[in-house]
Amino acid sequence: MGDMKNEFETLPAAGPMAQSSKDFKSDQMVRWCPGCGDFAILATVQKVLPTLGIPREKFVFVSGIGCSSRFPYYMNTFGFHSIHGRAPTIATGIKCTNPEMQVWVVTGDGDGLSIGGNHLIHALRRNVDIKILLFNNRIYGLTKGQYSPTSEIGKKTKSSPMGTIDIPLNPVAVALASEASFVARAVDTDLPFLSDVLTRAARHQGSVFVEIFQNCIVFNDGAFDSMAAKEVREEKMLKLAHGQPMIFGAKKDKGIRLNGLEPEVVSFDPAKPPKDLLVHDERANSSTLAQLLAHMAEPVPEGVFRDVSRPALHELMHAQIRQAKAAAPADLQKLLNGPETWSVEAEGTL
Amino acid sequence: MNDAKTKAVQSTLPIEEIESAVIRFAGDSGDGIQLTGMQFTTTTAFAGNDLSTFPDFPAEIRAPVGTIAGVSGFQIQFSSHEVLTPGDAPDVLVAMNPAALKANIKEVNNGGLVIVNSDTFNAANLKKAGYEKNPLEDGSLSHVRVIAVELGRLTRNALEGMGLSATETERCKNFFALGMMYWLYDRPMEATLGWIAAKFKKNAKFVAANQKALHAGNAYCETAEIFGHHYRVRKAPIKPGVYRNITGNEATALGFVSASAVSGIPLWLGSYPITPASDVLHELSKHKNFEVKTFQAEDEIAAIGSAIGAAFAGHLALTTTSGPGVALKTEAVGLAVMTELPLVILNVQRGGPSTGLPTKTEQADLLQALYGRNGECPVPVLAAATPGDCFAMAYEACRIAIKYMTPVFLLTDGYLANGSEPWLIPDVSKLPRFGRSPLPPVGEFQLYKRDPETLARPWPLPGLAGYEHRIGGIEKQDITGNISYDPDNHERMVRLRAAKVNKIAQDIPPTEILGNKQGKVLLIGWGGTYGSITSAVHNLQKAGKSVSSVHLRHLNPLPPDLGDLMAGFEQVIVPELNMGQLLKVLRAKYLVPAVGLNKIKGQPFKVAEIQTAVDAALGGK
Repeated sequence: MGDMKNEFETLPAAGPMAQSSKDFKSDQMVRWCPGCGDFAILATVQKVLPTLGIPREKFVFVSGIGCSSRFPYYMNTFGFHSIHGRAPTIATGIKCTNPEMQVWVVTGDGDGLSIGGNHLIHALRRNVDIKILLFNNRIYGLTKGQYSPTSEIGKKTKSSPMGTIDIPLNPVAVALASEASFVARAVDTDLPFLSDVLTRAARHQGSVFVEIFQNCIVFNDGAFDSMAAKEVREEKMLKLAHGQPMIFGAKKDKGIRLNGLEPEVVSFDPAKPPKDLLVHDERANSSTLAQLLAHMAEPVPEGVFRDVSRPALHELMHAQIRQAKAAAPADLQKLLNGPETWSVEAEGTL
Repeated sequence: MNDAKTKAVQSTLPIEEIESAVIRFAGDSGDGIQLTGMQFTTTTAFAGNDLSTFPDFPAEIRAPVGTIAGVSGFQIQFSSHEVLTPGDAPDVLVAMNPAALKANIKEVNNGGLVIVNSDTFNAANLKKAGYEKNPLEDGSLSHVRVIAVELGRLTRNALEGMGLSATETERCKNFFALGMMYWLYDRPMEATLGWIAAKFKKNAKFVAANQKALHAGNAYCETAEIFGHHYRVRKAPIKPGVYRNITGNEATALGFVSASAVSGIPLWLGSYPITPASDVLHELSKHKNFEVKTFQAEDEIAAIGSAIGAAFAGHLALTTTSGPGVALKTEAVGLAVMTELPLVILNVQRGGPSTGLPTKTEQADLLQALYGRNGECPVPVLAAATPGDCFAMAYEACRIAIKYMTPVFLLTDGYLANGSEPWLIPDVSKLPRFGRSPLPPVGEFQLYKRDPETLARPWPLPGLAGYEHRIGGIEKQDITGNISYDPDNHERMVRLRAAKVNKIAQDIPPTEILGNKQGKVLLIGWGGTYGSITSAVHNLQKAGKSVSSVHLRHLNPLPPDLGDLMAGFEQVIVPELNMGQLLKVLRAKYLVPAVGLNKIKGQPFKVAEIQTAVDAALGGK
């Protein structure tokens, strides 16, 4: 895409093919800490959007409060940096009233799962056609280092000097339980894979939830190193692929099979994989398999857990409006008159 | 209605002309009291009287049968002259059980008429109502005229052989009672007979039974001669035109729909159910053919959040609630102020604080609307004066929101919301026109570059190429709208936001004053107390007292001429259903020694309460 931009950049209203990642960069200075995982995610989003064939004025980015929520300021699209936790509500209002917009929500583990948890689950269950990216760094960054609802139990932070005593939430499991129609996970350091996941997220019609493991270099550096660091990733993470057996490891010599209701890891000769390996089905009607994968601690699955199709909220809402309009024309005077009226004649005739 | 059986009994008993009457129906929640009251109201309106109603229902959906907690009431005042309130005290109380009698008897005028359903005065019901002895027998009701009617038995007799179960028969007794009241006030029954036919059109048996109960009650009064004579209230001299009955909540909803239809800006309502505002959500959700989109959100915050999103995307956005809901929405209101998005927040006030008195009325959220936010956060505040005025103020709130690009608070209250009055239906072609301001050309567009007339910023809708912009809750740089932490810019923006809201004063018409522009006492009211204050002032003026009144519908900004008006009077009295909230504002802004007249009982002012207090202030002069 980068090579094409010079031909078209003098044509402001040109077609979508004219767009490059540069068109999606605003003139505002990006103010995240040097080395923050957010930079890579921003760059990936700016790379994916021009490939979708949608002009940039049809995008809107909505966020709440937190480091990740600065995201809209750096996108040269429409944007709304709102208040803590409420981005899904604002995004719902935008999508339902202006369905031609592609609406993205950028949130974090505190914004999306703590103060805004209620809005997150309801936006997902309603199948609002919005793409929610939850940057999970397992810490509060903007308020300088308190534990979050995804912090691992026992974690020592500024607000938990003796370690946290509350069980963390599993974001993917929450999204699945909320009946999101698209649920995925990716890591901020594996950009080609993140790019694939975001492209699929962008193309999905309905509620999208993508958890992105994101490193906070200042307050929680290395939070995902045990699974996502380059040297261990292939052994500790499982890339999900629809219709494919669940195989991982640098040598493709490990897989997942079911033992009763529990998934277990089996090792094998890569030339002769066992026949009873679990096969991924992201389109299953039930979210049972996806839930099982969501709770798997090793390897940690990434990719698309679930991708099912059902009507989005705005489609159902607009269908009812069309139906009501067909049934009764909008006659305002008739509406004001109501079911029963009476006339008062001019005075003197009483 | 050609059937001879449907005609009201041709009375041979004498008729007494009276000017006005106040009737209260009271009974168990399940007795059909609200329905009976609404039928009496419709018939009374058709008869040409002016009227005002006040339903008063319990907070519980189905409180234990026969208890005081379960008593539901409906009061109506009707008259051959102007009526502004549902009346202070009933002339006639219809009590369907001992609890209804006990809960209401204290308010009945001395010498008033009390009709009780004596079938229900058994030991069990008396005990549930807290009566140790039967009040029909112990002489405690000697100050009123009691008419004991065996409503249950008479209804059963009338409907015998119609194939109804005992429960179905019992349910018709409210129509027997209504038939009696129609006889007493010489009302035609056609409207109610027609309503019954339409309501039960799927079940001919119920149509026949309820119509028969209505006739039976009517005939019973004539043949049993229990009242001796009946009353006639002549038509009132009402402004000519086409009328309907309307409650405040209905009028509010229709005001919103009309504002949307006239401006061409589609409506979005984000709401969460709450008493007494839910009826606005119900009403608006019926009007999808007007492109009204209603969204029942997961909570109050999501409700306003969705509305802010809809406003950003170009809709006429609303959120409707009551005081506790406003408390939850507070942070989001600040966001709408900061982002300068049009939004109407309806607060149908109820008794507070906290859950308070959900079904009762109060005016204690004025300071919340004016000041209840972090930071310097000005929001225009409007208040409706009567049920019908809710239409005009809902419309005006939308107009101001769009013209000035600002959230607007609209205050009504439980009394206005559920009360009804005859409403002169507006002519749609005469509603004030308004709409979106044109956008500046792409090259000149800057998000916070304001219209000098209104100080409003442009409102470019998402999707428009060349108008891409980012907004949010962080302080904005003047003109560009970029994030700015510059100290001078912050002060400039705070002052600009305040100046914009103050500009709205240019749209406020000259304040109407009831009475002379100079005198001893000026009453200043706002909101649902209009009827009581105005009636009291009428009475005081008739008695030759030097009293005038003004009623505010704009509370922020206040009308520009208010200070001069107050200067014409020796004393300013501010009646409010709170501890003196408007009073505080007036004293602070104008440095006037105004005094309050306050009531915090969850009930509206009685006319006499205001009259007495003003009389006292005048020292009998």
